[in-house]
Formats: sequence, C-alpha cells, structure tokens
Amino acid sequence: MTVHSTTPQFKQNAHAALRDAQLQQALGNVRVNFVERRATAAARLPEFEALRDSARDIKNHTLAHLDLYLEAYEKKVTEAGGHVHFARDSAEACAVIVDICKSRGARTVAKGKSMVSEEIGLNAAIEAAGMRAIETDLGEYIIQLRGETPSHIIAPAVHLNKEQVEQDFRRVHVDLDKDRDLTAPESLLAEARAVLREQFLSADIGVTGANFLIAETGTSIIVTNEGNGDLSQTLGRAHIVVASLEKVIPTLEDAAQILRVLARSATGQDMSVYTTLSTGPRRPGDPDGPEEYHVVLVDNGRSSMLGGAFQDMLRCIRCAACMNHCPVYHAVGGHAYGSVYPGPMGAVLTPSLIGVDKGGNLPNASTFCGRCESVCPVRIPLPKMMRHWREREFERHLSPAGQRYGLGVWGFFARRPTLYRWATAMAMPLMAFAGKTRGRFASLPFAGGWTQYRDMPAPQGKTFQTQWKARGGRTR
Amino acid sequence: MSQAQKPRVGLFVTCLVDLMRPGVGFAAVKLLEDAGCEVIVPEQTCCGQPAFNNGDRATTRDIALKAMDAFAGCDYVVAPSGSCAGMLRAHYPELFAGEPELAARSAAFAARCHELTSFLVDVMKVETVAAALNARATYHDSCSGLRELGVQAQPRKLLAGVEGLDMVPLRENDTCCGFGGTFAVKYGEISDSIVTKKCENIEASGANLLLAGDLGCLLNMAGKLSRRGKNIEVRHVAEVLAGMTDDPPIGAPGKKA
Repeated sequence: MTVHSTTPQFKQNAHAALRDAQLQQALGNVRVNFVERRATAAARLPEFEALRDSARDIKNHTLAHLDLYLEAYEKKVTEAGGHVHFARDSAEACAVIVDICKSRGARTVAKGKSMVSEEIGLNAAIEAAGMRAIETDLGEYIIQLRGETPSHIIAPAVHLNKEQVEQDFRRVHVDLDKDRDLTAPESLLAEARAVLREQFLSADIGVTGANFLIAETGTSIIVTNEGNGDLSQTLGRAHIVVASLEKVIPTLEDAAQILRVLARSATGQDMSVYTTLSTGPRRPGDPDGPEEYHVVLVDNGRSSMLGGAFQDMLRCIRCAACMNHCPVYHAVGGHAYGSVYPGPMGAVLTPSLIGVDKGGNLPNASTFCGRCESVCPVRIPLPKMMRHWREREFERHLSPAGQRYGLGVWGFFARRPTLYRWATAMAMPLMAFAGKTRGRFASLPFAGGWTQYRDMPAPQGKTFQTQWKARGGRTR
Repeated sequence: MSQAQKPRVGLFVTCLVDLMRPGVGFAAVKLLEDAGCEVIVPEQTCCGQPAFNNGDRATTRDIALKAMDAFAGCDYVVAPSGSCAGMLRAHYPELFAGEPELAARSAAFAARCHELTSFLVDVMKVETVAAALNARATYHDSCSGLRELGVQAQPRKLLAGVEGLDMVPLRENDTCCGFGGTFAVKYGEISDSIVTKKCENIEASGANLLLAGDLGCLLNMAGKLSRRGKNIEVRHVAEVLAGMTDDPPIGAPGKKA
C-alpha cells in the first residue's frame, strides 16, 4: 500500500481517540443512527434474510470462477469500445491512471468516491504528476480540504461535526461573502454544490470507483446519494473506472439482487438515490458521455486471497454495516485503525494488504462479539477470519512475549485437569480471604489492564470442584 | 420425563464459575436436578477459549480432546455460560475439520452441548421455576449466547416466573459489554470505553439488579459498576432462577463471620 499506515500504533491512536471529546460525540451518532436505520430497513423486507443468502451465493459463485468472469468482462468492455487495464499493485494502478490523464493533457481530474483509490494512493499520484484531483463526494471533499483520510468507508467525514465543516469552508472558499450564514447543514450543502459544480465543468477526466462490474455486459455500476458520480463520469473527456477485481459479478440480475441488500445494510435506505450504469464511451449519436472509457482492475493482493483462509473476505460489498455495529469502532472511530479500511472488514483486510506483522493489532482488537457477522449482507464470518490472523501471528511468534508466556502457563494447567484442580484449590481460598472485606480488588498484580479501569470482584472461596468432591458429588 | 430414565447431564462448570463463583455451579445443579436430570461433574478445566481466541490452535485441540473424553458418558453437556457452550457447540467441530474421525466425534459431542437456560426451556421443556426475589432487574444478553446459540427468549421466559421480580428493559441490551476474554486486558482502555457505555445504560434502566448468563461479562460489568460507585447488585441468572441469592452479589463484601 502506498498510503502511510499508522496501524502499528493502533493502541496510541485509540488512546488519543478516546480522549477526543468532539470525536466521541460524532461517534455517538454512528452508534445510534446507522444501527436503527439498518434494523428498520431489514425488518421492513420479509425476504431480507433470504436475500443475504442469495447475495452470499452470488459472490461465492463468482469467486469460484473469477478468472472466467474477468475474461468475459474484459471482452465485453472491449466490444463496447472501452479499455481494460490489469494492475498488479498500487504503483501499477496509479501509473496507468496518471499516464491516461497526462497523455490527454489533463489539468483537473474529478473523482467520485472510491475506497480503492484511497487504497492505491491515487490523489497523491495525480498531484505528484502536476495535476489536480478534486473529490466530488461531499464527505470526501470535506476531508480533502482538511488533508485527512476517510474515517469510514461510506461516510468518510463521519468523525466531524458541522461547525468544523463550516470553519473549513470559510478557510477555503475565500472568494465568497464573509458574512454568509452557514449555520444550517443545508447551507453547507448548497455551498459545496455550487463550488463543486464549477469543478465538474472544468474537469478534463472523471475517475470513479465501481460497486459492481457486470461480466455479461461490460457495465460498471456505482451507487451514490449525491449524483456526483454521474457528473464526474459524464462531463470529462475520459471516464476511468478504478475497481478491485472482486467487484465483478456475472449478470445485471445478480446486481439487482445484491443492490437490495446493499443500501439497506449501509444506510437503511431501500435504494441509494442514484444507481448509475456505464457501458463504454459515448457512442455515435449519443448526446453526451465521455469520449474514452477505461477500467483499471486492481489486484493488490486479492488474487492471493483466492482459495485460502481469507477468500470469504472478497465477498465484501463495502456497505460498512460491520463498522456501524462494532463496539470497538464506536469507541475509537476509523482513524485509529491507521489503515484505509477500518472496523471489522478493515481488521481482516488490512493484514492482507500490509502484512500481519504490521497489521496484527487490528484483528486482535475485537471482543468477538459477532455483531458484525450478524449484520453482514454477504455473511462474511468476520470474527473467524480475525481469529485466523491471530493464528498466523501466534504461529509466527509475532504476538507479544508477555501474552505468550501467560497463555503458556495457563495452557500448561488447562491441559492437566488434576494439577489444575490442585493448584486452584490452593489459590482461590487465599484470594477470597484477601478480598473478603470489600468483596473486590481495586488493584491486582499481573491484572493491571483490568484493574486500572474497573474492580476485580473477589472469588467466593473454595472452588466448585473442591466443594463438589467434599459433598460426595458424582464425577462420573 | 420418565422416572426410570433420567437424562445424565454433565455440568460443564466453566473455569470462571469454578474459580470465582462456585455458587453459580450449585445453582445450575439445583435447576438441572429440579428439571429431572441426574447431574455429574467430571474433572475439568476450561473450554479452551483463551487459547483459541489467541491463535493457539494446538493447545485448544488438546483441551478439546480432554473435554470430550471427560464428558463421554453424558447424554448432555450443560454450561452456565453462552460463551463456553458456544465454544463447545459451535467451535469444537471447527478445530477438527478435515479429520474425518475427530470431526464426526466433535460434531456428535457439539450436538449434546447446551447453554443452561436454553437447555432447561428447549430440551427439558421447563415452563416455570420455583423462586422468589423482590427486585427490579434488567438482563444483558451476552454476545456468544445470543448470536452463536440464539439464547434470548429462554432466560426471560424463566425469569418471568420468579415471584416478586420486576424486569425492566435495557437499552442496547444486545451490544457487547467490552469483556471479550483477554481483550479486556490486552485492550483495557477500549474495553473500558465499551463497558462504560454499558454501565450508563444499566444505570439508566432503573434496575437495582443486573442479570446475565455469563460470568465473564458479569465480572466486567460488576467491576465497572462498583468502580463507578454504583449500588447495583450483579448476579448470574442461575442464582435467581434457583432461588439461591443468599450469597453476597458479585463484587460485594463477604458476610461478617
């Protein structure tokens, strides 16, 4: 990944995030709004659970035959007059896109919202080549003004409040009336629309992501709520679609199925406001549309996930339901993860992208509460995959020494029931005696991670197994 | 259930109940015996989750094999914990995938394993319990029981039969309390933020008694409530259902000798 990752500093990031009052307030909205809206939308549709199965099956089928569908897709795009470019990694993907833009003499590139463009560090590559990249999604536009990265995969500026946005607009939009009223959220939106409209008209090239690539027709589909994607891709001379290769699915009918769970899982809408289909460049007789149509298919480690323990992760349709329902995301927000993709899906995907030696904190920072899996529209077993990463870490001796040592001592006893019963029969009454007066411990050696934040209730006394034996209870 | 053939239930005590709160184990024994079961408690340690969730599959396998041996003669294996029962029921078969003999054995074992309240209601068809407690209680759904085993209605159904007990709803009752086993120590600060939100909801519920079916979650929530200086009693649901509430609540001072 070309984007700088602070994932190894996850704990420090989390520490800072937990002390950021403004961030904590913003996260409170995620915790309530997204969860309630998704639950309402799911409850409204009787076949929602069956649709989740169907969405999972469509993605599984595609992944099992990904090579065939990619070839079919490429053929159809070419027949429609477009060009498909395969990129093995971020550098190749950026090079292809920058080359197309430069060779067309572009000065300004309008971008629709695209997480894979964040993953490959496209904006930096475009700027480094002397061109301007303009984010046209409102949230992306705001964080671009602030020099930040998205903190959420569908609501990139969810960590901010409107006062912060107002300050940024006043700082950047200096040619507008200083005394204008920006207190209402609508006024911020209107100002962004007016400013962005000029940018669209001046853009030479439009870059968008894709929610789906249709093998049957060579069509790319994006869903947005602002219509910015449509303007980005139709007003420029060329439209470049950048997408990771698992976005391909067989047919338009498959897309129609998955769309029924996508917006409901994401924002609780039945459908996103705009669902835009693009197939090739402008045809003779078309009133508008780009003269050129390119698709850059990014691998960046995905093909090595095929056939392995993490293949199920490639089903992900980037709805963000997992992070919207995650207690850890609710606590620390997206930036603390230090990676392009936060939350449970990020905790699984990030080690694939940057290595488990750097990304290992993320799959460890989960309570395995399972709420992510319970809302995932394509039923990705996210906790199980996080556990897979922990196994890789353990096998490679990457987990912290203290933790391994503690686990080793515990494992020694846990494997020896009689010894375990003996040792605990001795220890627990002592602990119970020590804690009897208050019924709890305010601090304990070796358990500082616990008692720094909460008391440890004292044990009752003799262990159950000791008492059971003493009472003559049956053991066989 | 016929008098002659009582089902033989192996109590999977769970390490936390064994060590920290044996009273929950005796409450479980009483509930199972009242439901017409013969209860045995084979020598045991832990379900293996600390190893499993920290990536140590070899140790987990050893522990799982020991546990399956220990409970070989039981018709059912019942744990007063959704988390440990989930481990036995949902994850043991995963450990032996690809090894036909052990896979079949672990699948057969898993099918006999149950969480306590769901076993009482779903398998033993218990309709009501003989217990009374004057309290205003709220119930936290522990994650593994809820999402791995579908334990939600069963404890509430049984609690509805406890005389004098007034149940009040808990906001965000299905969100994690922040325990997560070793997570609570490895990421103590994040765990603290999660359990703080949980405590705010518990305090806002108006309950003077918090109940749940998992001791790990209960220790976490009790420890945070007392650190916050709140006088809310915390107990395992089995204690209340068995009418065994003479012991001080979790984290409360012991009785004067």
